[in-house]
Amino acid sequence: MSIISVRDLTKKFGNFTALDGINMEVEEGEIYGFIGPNGAGKTTTLRILLGILKATRGEAKIFGKDAWKDAVEIHRNVAYVPGDVNLWPNLTGGEVIDLFVKLRGSNNKSRREELIERFDLDPSKKCRTYSKGNRQKVALIAAFASDADLYILDEPTSGLDPLMENIFQEYIKLAREEGKSVLLSSHILSEVEKLCDKVSIIREGKIIESGSLEELRHLTRTSMMIQTREPIESLNRLKGVHDIEKRNNTIYFQVDGEELDNVIKYISPFGIIKLESAPPTLEDLFLRHYKGDGGEA
Amino acid sequence: MNKPFANIAQTIKFILRRDRIRIPVWVLSIAIFTILIALMLPNLYTSSMEREIMAETMKNPAIIVMLGPGYGLDNYTDGAMMAHFMLVFTALATGIMGIMLTVRHTREDEEEGRIEMIRSLPVGALSPLTATIIMITIVNIVLTVIVGFGLYSLGFESMDLEGSFLYGASIGVIGIYFAALTGLFAQLSTNSRSTLGYSFTFLIAAYIVRGIGDIEYEILSLISPLGLILRTEVYVSNNWWPVFATLGQSILLFALSLYLNSIRDLGAGFIPARPGRKYASSLLSSPLGLSIRLQRTSIIAWTVGMYVLGVSYGSILGDLEGFLDTSGVLLKMLPESADYSITERFITMLMTILSILGSIPVLLYVLKLKSEEKKARTAHLLARAVSKNSLIGSYTLIGLVAAPITQLMSVLGLWSAAIFVMDNLVSMDILFKSALAHLPAMWIMVGLAVLLIGYLPNLTGLSWLYLGYSFFVVYMGEMLQLPDWMSNLSPFGHIPQIPMEEFSLVKMLVLIAITAILIVAGFVGYNTRDLEG
Repeated sequence: MSIISVRDLTKKFGNFTALDGINMEVEEGEIYGFIGPNGAGKTTTLRILLGILKATRGEAKIFGKDAWKDAVEIHRNVAYVPGDVNLWPNLTGGEVIDLFVKLRGSNNKSRREELIERFDLDPSKKCRTYSKGNRQKVALIAAFASDADLYILDEPTSGLDPLMENIFQEYIKLAREEGKSVLLSSHILSEVEKLCDKVSIIREGKIIESGSLEELRHLTRTSMMIQTREPIESLNRLKGVHDIEKRNNTIYFQVDGEELDNVIKYISPFGIIKLESAPPTLEDLFLRHYKGDGGEA
Repeated sequence: MNKPFANIAQTIKFILRRDRIRIPVWVLSIAIFTILIALMLPNLYTSSMEREIMAETMKNPAIIVMLGPGYGLDNYTDGAMMAHFMLVFTALATGIMGIMLTVRHTREDEEEGRIEMIRSLPVGALSPLTATIIMITIVNIVLTVIVGFGLYSLGFESMDLEGSFLYGASIGVIGIYFAALTGLFAQLSTNSRSTLGYSFTFLIAAYIVRGIGDIEYEILSLISPLGLILRTEVYVSNNWWPVFATLGQSILLFALSLYLNSIRDLGAGFIPARPGRKYASSLLSSPLGLSIRLQRTSIIAWTVGMYVLGVSYGSILGDLEGFLDTSGVLLKMLPESADYSITERFITMLMTILSILGSIPVLLYVLKLKSEEKKARTAHLLARAVSKNSLIGSYTLIGLVAAPITQLMSVLGLWSAAIFVMDNLVSMDILFKSALAHLPAMWIMVGLAVLLIGYLPNLTGLSWLYLGYSFFVVYMGEMLQLPDWMSNLSPFGHIPQIPMEEFSLVKMLVLIAITAILIVAGFVGYNTRDLEG
């Protein structure tokens, strides 16, 4: 059974269609990355999953239960960190953490102390004095201090420094080791690349790409940098070669995954001096999908 | 420190630019209010008999606590009456203006990092504070002139030019005093909230100390700036020395705050911020506990406030008969009934007014949920094991329970003042019955607020409009001879006027049933609509 199961989910705000029939399955023990630009519908999706917004059409299920109707029951095993953490200015960080943990039901005192120390938070300070990063820490500590089965995290590290980001990643990995599931919406693609088993890319309310990183990469091109003894002739006539660029003695181009073999065979007779290839980064994927309508792809 | 006052003219201009709406609104509200009251007073008491009765009333200790000692009571002119009625209240208003404007441009700007931006430019370290105080001094001089000429221009014989300007200067100098005081607190504390807190505590303490001083120990009144300023005896003896004494104190306060400002770091204060709790108390473990905790200060302040309001209304009950008999305008505002005394008729209206005023905190408590949603804080709770019903239920419950508590407080206040001033004490029984009878109307206001939160969260302002309408038809209805249907549109128009009318259980139950329907509908709406955050 999937932990999160979203089918044909549609959400309209008046005439504006925020989500247009999206599908998503998060399996147990999976860390699922959810990426897309601002306004693509990430937060709307998460809020529907939390039962704060009601879907116009389609279904959103967590643990096999309806996200809207069974919200309270579901939330006993869910920990959530919003993208924009607004806290009560006159409560201290410690008070908010305790409140959040108590409202979920379970409590892990020793975990709380450890987290406060690791994230280097002063829990006796009022929330009004916290920076964005510190407010995020409060929400993260409350989330990790609870024994949830599913973590729903909306850009949880956008205000953290690199050191804290590392600690965050550590706890996510720990959660995976404990067999927990994570839905991570993020802008920080290197983070998603490092942590996630599967990725969905959302754009203008539609999921445009979905799968494991390997699968996504397979669909795309590898970047090549080649120096040969003799100049390569009519490279541009080869199938699957794009964006050829010559600088000094070096040729830069991109190759479609399935044509890689043919291209290498064609090139080797010219006498390879140097060859570097790089798999596309998530950023390449992301940018390719978002530049205009995906460009020539 | 080099050039601590660099670019101060520019800083003043910038402050004036930022507050180009706010400042005129403050100044004109205070000035127009003062002049309007001065215009109305002489019409309320026309014969010398009425004036003598009023002067007699003014010797009542409860009145002295509220307004200060009466001067020139043996020849109670319009001017003397005006100064006695209004000087302390208008001084309070200018004091509040001084506090609000000063916090805004000192500690608040510092807290939000705006002073850091300004200081990164070639602006002196002491320029922001000095510019603020100069700006407020200018504002209060303008206020002095407007009020001075305004009162004089009314052309009343007893309000001469010197007295009118002294009136203006008295309230103006209080504005400057509290600005300087707030400037000092802005150096001492580390955030704008406690700066406001200290300043307002001082203002309230000054008012209370003056009250005690005016009855028992005059020296206390001289210590309090609000007591000192009343010694100007405006329109009676026209003493100028209290104005200069207050101004002198303001200069000392300002000098001290400049010194403290010059020796501290940006963002730091002298009263260390107390570390808060590291762990939540047991109260803070449910949505109900959270909403009580969030509104704790407001709940305490309003509960005490309702008691004080009761006391202040109660303190005039003693001389009511004489007072109202002579005041045609006020008498017209009361419901007509031959069988009951003026006091009893007055109490009926008074209880309605007190319950409408008491509905203000009740509505505030319920509508807090809407502002929590606007600030994206309800999602924190709903994302955990908290149902929408328990969330909106907590706020509804606080509203429903707060209604009888505010009623109890105003009745207790009314009664504890009445003990001292009334010869024939109104029975506690009648007061309680009347307060009780008004509860369903207050609950309907709760129901309306819940309904709006459930369906039209952006239009919750309508509940204030409805409460304002209720106040209008109840307060002015009799005087303006408004048709009955207009007061019937308000729940307060359906409340039996005890003791003149019988307590009606049926009416009460109908109103309660309507409340229940509104609340249930509101819950349904809240459960079916999208939440903002």
